[in-house]
Amino acid sequence: MDMIGEILISAALVISGIFGFVGSFGLVRLRHTLQRLHAPTKATTLGVGGMLIASMIWFYVEKDQFSFHELLITLFLFMTAPITAHFIAKVYMVQSLRPDDLPDSGSEHGWSPYEEAPEGHRKP
Amino acid sequence: MLARLVPHPLLTLTLVVVWLALVNKVTLGNVILGAGFGLVIPMLTRAYWPDRPRVRNPRMIVEYTLVVLWDIVVANVQVAMILLFRPEARIRSTWISVPVDLTSAEAITVLAGTITMTPGTVSATLSADNSAILVHTLDTDDPDGVRDQIKTRYERRLKEIFE
Repeated sequence: MDMIGEILISAALVISGIFGFVGSFGLVRLRHTLQRLHAPTKATTLGVGGMLIASMIWFYVEKDQFSFHELLITLFLFMTAPITAHFIAKVYMVQSLRPDDLPDSGSEHGWSPYEEAPEGHRKP
Repeated sequence: MLARLVPHPLLTLTLVVVWLALVNKVTLGNVILGAGFGLVIPMLTRAYWPDRPRVRNPRMIVEYTLVVLWDIVVANVQVAMILLFRPEARIRSTWISVPVDLTSAEAITVLAGTITMTPGTVSATLSADNSAILVHTLDTDDPDGVRDQIKTRYERRLKEIFE
């Protein structure tokens, strides 16, 4: 394997490790549930992203083939991670917050966990 | 006839591409198998896809993807700095209400997902009539600036893609 490939793979792995660590560290350090929600979004984007880039370079340099699996993992992560975060935020809102704690929605209807959808609208 | 056979052309194309990526090898047999999935799955699940999302501006999708990827990298570094070096008491988390002009469910879903995937902001919920998104930010001293950035960077482009 040539030198440049090795350097690129190592750099991607180090970046991935740093952001994975910061994401977990934030989870421990932050105090409120919703603040904690922000920390793991980092581990899934740059942390996992760096790992996948390293894997793609390795397959290209070592095995001389292009690997699509990493792109698929990225795609599935980007589809599933926001849904998990969305559910956690919504459960937290229902359990621990009242409508008064939140800013005004700017329309005549309030936020959906506290209010039924008006006629003709599907519940989001 | 074609519309009955292929009710969702984009879904069919996506399924074929995802199948080829899963087996990681482009051979004739895999293309035929993927095309089979692309034909059967949309037909079986047609009842759950009442509307077909229309993509008006495919070139914008590339631009949107690049902008979001760049923002993810920048925001990752910013949030990492906050987490590592900012004292607990000086992290100013707040709620922001972002009015949405998008109407199609797909466009709003993509916008909410984008807000969550860019670190520092999480979309929590929609208003009951889908006219606003409630966003939680980890740290900001300029809530209006964050709202305007979401509207001009992401929503404007999504509007060109979907509506």
